[in-house]
Amino acid sequence: MADLVNLTIDGRAVQVPPQTLVIDAAKTVGIEIPAFCYYEGLSLAAACRMCLVEVEKMPKMMTACTLPVSEGMVVRTETEQVKQARKYTLEFLLTNHPLDCPVCDKGGECELQDMVFRYGAGESRYTEEKVHTPEKQFSPVVFFDAPRCILCFRCVRTCNEGMGVGALGVINRGVVSEIGPNHGDHLECDECGACIDICPVGALTSGIDRYQTRPWEMTHVGTICTHCGDGCKTTLGTRNDRILRGNNRDRSGINGEFLCVKGRYAFDFYDHPERLQAPMVRINGKLEEVSWSKALETVAQKFKDTVASNGSFGVIGSNHTSNEENFYLQKFARQVLKTNNVDHQRTGDVVTLLDSLSGKTSKLGTVADLYQSKAVLVLGADLALEHPLLSYQVRANYRHHQAKVYVVTEKPVREDNYAAAKVRGRDYASLAGKLKAESELVILFDDSYKGADLRQLVEFAESLAIPVKFICLLDYANSRGAVDMGLTPELLPGYTPSGATGLHIDEMLAATLDVLWVVGANPLKGQKKAGFLVVQDLFLTETAQQADVVLPAASAYEKSGTVTNTTGEVQRLTQAVSTMGAKTDLEIMGFLAREMGAAPLLGPWVAETVFAEIRKTVHAYDVPLPVLATGGAAQTLPVNGRIPVDTRLDLVQSDHNGLFASGTLGRYSKVLNSVLENRLSR
Amino acid sequence: MTFSPQLEARFEKLLKSYPPGRQRSAMIPMLMYAQDEIGSVTDELITEVAARTGTTPLQVNEVMSYYSMLHRKPLGKFHVQVCTNISCLLHDGDKLYEHACKKLGIGHKEVTADGQISIEEVECMGACSWAPAIQVNYDFHHHVTPAKLDEILDRLKKKPV
Amino acid sequence: MLFNEPSPLETKVLTRRFGLPNSASIDTYLAHEGYQAFLKASKMTPDEIIGEVKTSNLRGRGGAGFPTGMKWSFVPRTSPKPKYIVVNGDESEPGTCKDRVLIENDPHQLIEGVLIAGLSVDAHAGYVYIRGEYRYIIEVMEKAIDEAYAKGWLGKNIQGTGFDFDLYVHTGAGAYECGEESALLESLEGKRGVPRIRPPFPAVVGAFQCPTILNNVETYCAVPAIIRDGGAAFAALGIPKSGGTKMTCLTGHVNRPGVYELKIGFPVKQMIEEVGGGIRNGRKLKAFIPGGSSCPVLTAEEVEGATMDYDSMASRKTMLGSGGVIIIDDQTCMVKAALRIMRFYSHESCGWCIPCREGTTWLKKILTRFHEGGGTRNDIVLIGDIAKNMLGRTFCPLGDAAAMPTLSIVEKFRHEFEDHLNGKPCPYEHSGTMVTV
Ligand SMILES: Cc1cc2nc3c(=O)[nH]c(=O)nc-3n(C[C@H](O)[C@H](O)[C@H](O)COP(=O)(O)O)c2cc1C
Ligand code: SF4
Ligand code: FES
Repeated sequence: MADLVNLTIDGRAVQVPPQTLVIDAAKTVGIEIPAFCYYEGLSLAAACRMCLVEVEKMPKMMTACTLPVSEGMVVRTETEQVKQARKYTLEFLLTNHPLDCPVCDKGGECELQDMVFRYGAGESRYTEEKVHTPEKQFSPVVFFDAPRCILCFRCVRTCNEGMGVGALGVINRGVVSEIGPNHGDHLECDECGACIDICPVGALTSGIDRYQTRPWEMTHVGTICTHCGDGCKTTLGTRNDRILRGNNRDRSGINGEFLCVKGRYAFDFYDHPERLQAPMVRINGKLEEVSWSKALETVAQKFKDTVASNGSFGVIGSNHTSNEENFYLQKFARQVLKTNNVDHQRTGDVVTLLDSLSGKTSKLGTVADLYQSKAVLVLGADLALEHPLLSYQVRANYRHHQAKVYVVTEKPVREDNYAAAKVRGRDYASLAGKLKAESELVILFDDSYKGADLRQLVEFAESLAIPVKFICLLDYANSRGAVDMGLTPELLPGYTPSGATGLHIDEMLAATLDVLWVVGANPLKGQKKAGFLVVQDLFLTETAQQADVVLPAASAYEKSGTVTNTTGEVQRLTQAVSTMGAKTDLEIMGFLAREMGAAPLLGPWVAETVFAEIRKTVHAYDVPLPVLATGGAAQTLPVNGRIPVDTRLDLVQSDHNGLFASGTLGRYSKVLNSVLENRLSR
Repeated sequence: MTFSPQLEARFEKLLKSYPPGRQRSAMIPMLMYAQDEIGSVTDELITEVAARTGTTPLQVNEVMSYYSMLHRKPLGKFHVQVCTNISCLLHDGDKLYEHACKKLGIGHKEVTADGQISIEEVECMGACSWAPAIQVNYDFHHHVTPAKLDEILDRLKKKPV
Repeated sequence: MLFNEPSPLETKVLTRRFGLPNSASIDTYLAHEGYQAFLKASKMTPDEIIGEVKTSNLRGRGGAGFPTGMKWSFVPRTSPKPKYIVVNGDESEPGTCKDRVLIENDPHQLIEGVLIAGLSVDAHAGYVYIRGEYRYIIEVMEKAIDEAYAKGWLGKNIQGTGFDFDLYVHTGAGAYECGEESALLESLEGKRGVPRIRPPFPAVVGAFQCPTILNNVETYCAVPAIIRDGGAAFAALGIPKSGGTKMTCLTGHVNRPGVYELKIGFPVKQMIEEVGGGIRNGRKLKAFIPGGSSCPVLTAEEVEGATMDYDSMASRKTMLGSGGVIIIDDQTCMVKAALRIMRFYSHESCGWCIPCREGTTWLKKILTRFHEGGGTRNDIVLIGDIAKNMLGRTFCPLGDAAAMPTLSIVEKFRHEFEDHLNGKPCPYEHSGTMVTV
């Protein structure tokens, strides 16, 4: 290729695009140049001096992390001089480093340890006193041990640049330089923990897992975060069937290494002391623990009797349960319970969007599009708080590609800081001139854009005469999957009209039904419910408290299956830990079906089998399995034609959860609560 | 925060000295001149300077903690800075510094009990050809001898601001 | 004000107006050829101006000695971005106190130099960065700028030339590192004085991300004379490839320390003996630092035949530097000198890169212990090794500035280290040299 630059690194021919840094060029041929401060995606620092290499015709060693390649360049990364420099730079680093590796959380996955092992000196010549300062707690999540800090400034850069928060800085100068938080002695930030993960040493540690485990004792399970609709992949570190840590340092998944406080730490609800571990049946007006067989039998009997007597059912599903569970639930309702009274809490108007895009292709934006598109328009949402990953992507796109970001929101938002234009209110049309000049655009909109407003938005976008993609913002981990899988009275899986209209969620709650079956939702807050109430959930929620039978369900971290995020990308859940007494919702439904003699009709309650059926029956869900199996995301377009139904726009209602809230689940997370309490106490 | 009219005027001029959108440039001068008036860089001042330069208090703190002339704690009304760097050292600047400490009974960056005088051992202040030198606030004194220093300190002890 | 008597051996080009009554005022300046060079330059093309500066063989007076004309020619004159002229008046290199004298006695000479630089690259604004300790110099500069505006030598359409120029003073706040050009620009932008990654150099991406000429005070001060009398005349004062005079700060153990303007190439021995009046108290020269504490030291023997210019010093593996000459007599402890110099660099290290931050502090600790008598023979080797491990590996030249003098002192005065071994109190500690002027 003509536009590649040719150079030689350690005698090997290398071809890379112009402007590539020598450190990255070396990677392409498997040569690793050591580095602490260089971090892909962040601004350059050239502070650690570990990456010094020899370059022919240059008088001094050069930092490979800042040196762009040039034609004919000859680089040597393993000469005596280079090795000597590395070794003694490490010696410098260790002069003030405490060497408390035996008690350091980072021991075993510490970049400093690894470097010293590979390049360092066996003995240190340093005999002077070390600088010592006590450890500090910056926030419920973030702890800082200054002497361990090697001042690579990765944390500061990831907070400023990656997160756009700027909560960490460098205080003092020279050898007493220190990383400092934004509020003198404490941090007020997103508590995302990115600084902790990116720290190459044990200087920043997390209040969640510190002193809990040695890194190598854990098993690492990649699965999908169960909180918001962005669908970040999270790698859970488990030991003895307990989740100890969450991160995504391997940069797998649609989020790379990004995670917010919920993705990284708020898995902790799973072992909350109030977690339900045994089924309960109301006996003499009181919920009492019973065996699974007794509970299942009670429910199955009630279901059978009601079907037999032509009684009425209401079924409310969840935004958190898997596609397989949602699919199975609506099939159960429609085919076994013979009802179309199936619904869930809708958090955005996907139906109108898909309908108005009918027949068109390439109109749905992905998480990756937000990083690549030349322009992005944010409508309504406070993206940084409600959709942290999407906001991160947009920010990274701005930083790395100077993308134009347009913001139309009621209140100031973080995106304002780098927006090409911002409008307060809803008058996006005032941006028409600017938007027309863009070469492409991704539009994100929240629940305040629905029905006619949304159709108007789509028309407006068409009128720009540039390629436009849309992202309908939805609240929870599988909000999108719930609609796609037909958890609405008017639509079957894949947006096929159900024909016979059933009751909507509010109608079910208002009506007197013989049986109301709630799977993973908490719709009853306050109001009393008549009829027989069956609830599957993790906790004794307001709804579960009123139930006649409560069936303890597994969380997303305790099951397999798939979920679909707000951009319509399907990803696979992997079970990280087993449950104590609870069962997955799929299993519970399967056992109920078996108990009712309906199992042959519904098929096996095995996630893979149900997914196989989804792939066959729901448009564009026949995604390549290897993609899912390898932790990838596959975009779906569950319909591509008109959707001739009336949807109840009044039911479209987002919870607008911020960073430290996650519906009912959030209330059971210690970390989210401690952050909130900490804020209040200041 | 309220400042004297002169300082406000200086701030106004400063903020206009830099290209549009570059008000951050005024941060260091603002801190310096405000410190002269207030006595130290207080939390309140940090917040104020951040607001006026379009930065965050953390950014101001990062900057102020870098520069050795900016300080969080109030110093004496008269801040006596003794240079002991090489050219002054060759003229016994170190002994001059010790002499001053002993005379005042305070050490590096300490303040006398009455808040009148503070002392600091400083790096080269650009008076090398007329060593040893000291600075009292912003005033230079050259070729300082112990006797001359005593005289200066005695005067400062009594001097109203 | 002058703090020392001038010497008859001086060649007064930059200091020609020193000593005149009210030498800092614009009236005095105008009465003595002031701003004539600017008017001349305003009729020249940028290439002609830069050509004249090139002909003068003027090399940067801030320490690195980079040819000034060449530096100016690197500025992309046709760039649509605004261009800036920045004056480095941070003057923090130990031993150096000349920029202070230049501004205090003749601030308009600096303004004129800046204006000519502005003409040469089509810049219309400039900043004089002055170290915070020089508050009274800042006041002198501000007053001169006000006068220049009042008399139409700054501002819009200067003297009908059609050239606009605004000049501002910016104060530092105590940081040697802010004398380093890219750290200075950071400081000018309201940031920590941490240097920038180079390239790009300030000529291309400087102040406010725009093309910038950045020179030392003395460098700009030489420009009016160059334009007025021609580059060749200035060049002729010096030696081949290095023209003009150098403001020289004699410090340390000489009888007449002070700031003197000497021709480039002035013999060192003559400078010490005749300009400086010889070593004080009849003592002998032990060590000589030609241009600020970051230069490697020379021994008395090495000084033989040396002249004050870039080549002579380079041939002795040291540098002309900033003009801060430090003269050390035979009763001085070189370990103590090395320690004091290292304490400075450790205090001033910005903390950004590992070898400088940790190396300076480690060396400071060893030298402190060593000087107190707690040193071992191994330490002597270690000191040299640490310095070598910093040299050429740090983010900016501050690391080199700390390493070079240390290396030269352990190499050349190793016996003094040995004399400190095994718990011996400092054998060189002298007393009673306090000046009593
Ligand atoms: C650590 C360090 C400190 C410096 N301090 C000063 C200084 O105080 N004044 C100065 O003019 N140049 C100083 N310099 C040199 C500047 O980086 C720069 O080379 C100079 O200002 C350019 O101007 P010139 O070409 O006129 O010399 C310093 C350099 C370093 C590395
Ligand atoms: S805390 Fe960690 S990431 Fe931050 S500068 Fe120190 S070593 Fe680097
Ligand atoms: S990776 Fe190049 S200096 Fe740190």
